Amino acid sequence: MEKKESLDLYKEMVIIRRLEERAAELYQLGKIGGFLHLYIGQEAISAGISSVRQPQDRLITAYRDHGWAISAGIDPKAVMAELLGKVDGCSKGRGGSMHMADTELNFWGGHAIVGAHIPLAAGLALGDVYQGNDDAVTICMFGDGSTNIGFFHEGLNLSKVWNLPVLWVCENNQYGMGTTVDRASAVSEIRQKAEGYGMANERIEGMDVMAVRQEVARVLEKIRKEGGPYLLEIMTYRYRGHSMGDPERYRDKAEVKKWEEEDPIGIYRKYLIENKIATAKGLDELDDEALQIVDEAEKFAEASPNPDKSTLFENIYVEPTPVEYRGYALEHESEEQ
Amino acid sequence: MTRMTMREAISKALWEEMERDERVFIQGEEVGVWGGTYAVTKGFYDHFGEKRVRDTPIAEAAIVGSAIGAAMTGLRPVAELMTINFAFVAMDHIVNEAAKLHYMFGGQFTLPLVIRAVSGGGRQLGATHSQSPDVIFAHFPGLKVVSPGTPADAKGLLKSAIRSEDPVLFIENATLYQMKGEVPDDEDYLEPLGKSKVQREGDDVTIVAYSKMVPAALKAADMLAEDGINAEVVDLRSLRPLDMDPVIASFKRTNRAVIVEEGWRSYGVGAEVSARIYELAFDYVDAPVKRVAQAEVPLPYNAELEQLALPQTEDIYHAAKEVLNG
Ligand SMILES: Cc1ncc(C[n+]2csc(CCOP(=O)(O)OP(=O)(O)O)c2C)c(N)n1
Ligand SMILES: [Mg+2]
Repeated sequence: MEKKESLDLYKEMVIIRRLEERAAELYQLGKIGGFLHLYIGQEAISAGISSVRQPQDRLITAYRDHGWAISAGIDPKAVMAELLGKVDGCSKGRGGSMHMADTELNFWGGHAIVGAHIPLAAGLALGDVYQGNDDAVTICMFGDGSTNIGFFHEGLNLSKVWNLPVLWVCENNQYGMGTTVDRASAVSEIRQKAEGYGMANERIEGMDVMAVRQEVARVLEKIRKEGGPYLLEIMTYRYRGHSMGDPERYRDKAEVKKWEEEDPIGIYRKYLIENKIATAKGLDELDDEALQIVDEAEKFAEASPNPDKSTLFENIYVEPTPVEYRGYALEHESEEQ
Repeated sequence: MTRMTMREAISKALWEEMERDERVFIQGEEVGVWGGTYAVTKGFYDHFGEKRVRDTPIAEAAIVGSAIGAAMTGLRPVAELMTINFAFVAMDHIVNEAAKLHYMFGGQFTLPLVIRAVSGGGRQLGATHSQSPDVIFAHFPGLKVVSPGTPADAKGLLKSAIRSEDPVLFIENATLYQMKGEVPDDEDYLEPLGKSKVQREGDDVTIVAYSKMVPAALKAADMLAEDGINAEVVDLRSLRPLDMDPVIASFKRTNRAVIVEEGWRSYGVGAEVSARIYELAFDYVDAPVKRVAQAEVPLPYNAELEQLALPQTEDIYHAAKEVLNG
């Protein structure tokens, strides 16, 4: 990896971390509403995978998507504006935290129904195969908890039967809300589930961004060369609650602390210094730059307006289609006009 | 009587029924160790144990499907769906199994099961997590659909649902969990399923509502009272069976009605209730029935737009004024 690329990767992880910490604060202030699922602790996965994803590779994930949005290349300003529900958000303030996407970057979203995007990933890959985009791999991210729902099994089976180029990636952060993997899954290693579908599979560690990067690059090449699906289980940990306001009765603080010592940013920082790619001072400067980017993103998002009320009915359909009922208040507003 | 929140009333109903009948048990996502995502089953796991408070994988089809199977053996499961939006994952089991098996096999066995689910919008959860699709489930004969608008009804109706021999979908509204009211302490306090109830008496206009729209309708009635208008508020409480008697009795006095629902208007509760008013009391109609409902758009995340799309108390007030002037 070029030095610059190594440092950008570091900065990207720090931006994700700082942006989410800021989002948590803004949530407490009531500026962000709904659910807010933080990715803190898992950054090495989005950063590592995105650093080897090719532009033609489609990416799709679940609702824990801020890290993915930034790693995919969405401007932190557009991410922050979406969190605040503003018109300059990547989904124009319609989606919020759970529904970030930028299809120009081949990032197909943030999906909030557990497992529902898994069959979609099979369809994305089908679209590429069908249209002769032979070089493309679809990368589908999902949590450990979502491997217990039917969608997952139907999607995996189909991808194998149709030999679709999908890299299935389980981010095993060891909990689906408050439920540990062993309380919800019949097999303790998620990768074993691929066995039932005759699919190549592997479990790797997810706190070291360089390791993630290397392993994923290898598997992507394999899929590109040989075709067909592959399942990777990546071990990780979420440091924060499932969403905001999680009482976290299901795990003890010592466990969280133990994993915090495996901080992906700390590990990578150490790697960069030990391999003389950067100095502590140089990295501190990058930390400052990241913080500044987050400050600017926040400012931008605050200044961005709410979507105009007149746009409420935009994008329900592509074709001009009458809105049958605008709701009581709006119907009467238009009568007055 | 004890003053408590709707959350406490629902929790109490579950607790009492589990104490009363060994066959009653709970299953669903995060109902145990977590204590329920909306804290309805807090303390249950420690008290009743993991046999009767069963944390499930994220697998709605299996949650409902296995509850149906267990009910077929004579148990009385209460299956919790974290929100009604996830009921679509379990749709086949709700529609093709729960609603039909008793009939289809000539009544050989019963399905005494309750499915609890949280409905409603207004919390910036985005399009997939904010729906009020209650009426969809009321389309299917064989399923009972209940949704309370007061803490007392929540307790009495849930207890009846658990004791019912039929499958019941019990719909709660997250924004009502904090609502307070007087709730009877009696452990055999039951409210009948399939009975509408007058929540406020009045002779000038009939406002029909259920669930979250009941407190909204009562507030609108207060606003109308300041204008010297006496609104009667009829709470449907149950979408199937639908009890039109109190609605018709009221309408025959007021000759004017507004029907309110949180969900979309097309093919909705307002459509059904107004059609029945025209069928049952056409001669008493003094003004076209009005419907207040959600704007027909998937709910956006942005708070301003979301509130713009949702039916508001003021809308009910204005609609009532209009039917009175019409
Ligand atoms: C069909 C469905 N059921 C339930 C939920 C509620 N829910 C949201 S996230 C979640 C846990 C998912 O856990 P996991 O897949 O491990 O992902 P993680 O949150 O750990 O990233 C649940 C139960 C949902 N969104 N969709
Ligand atoms: Mg998980």
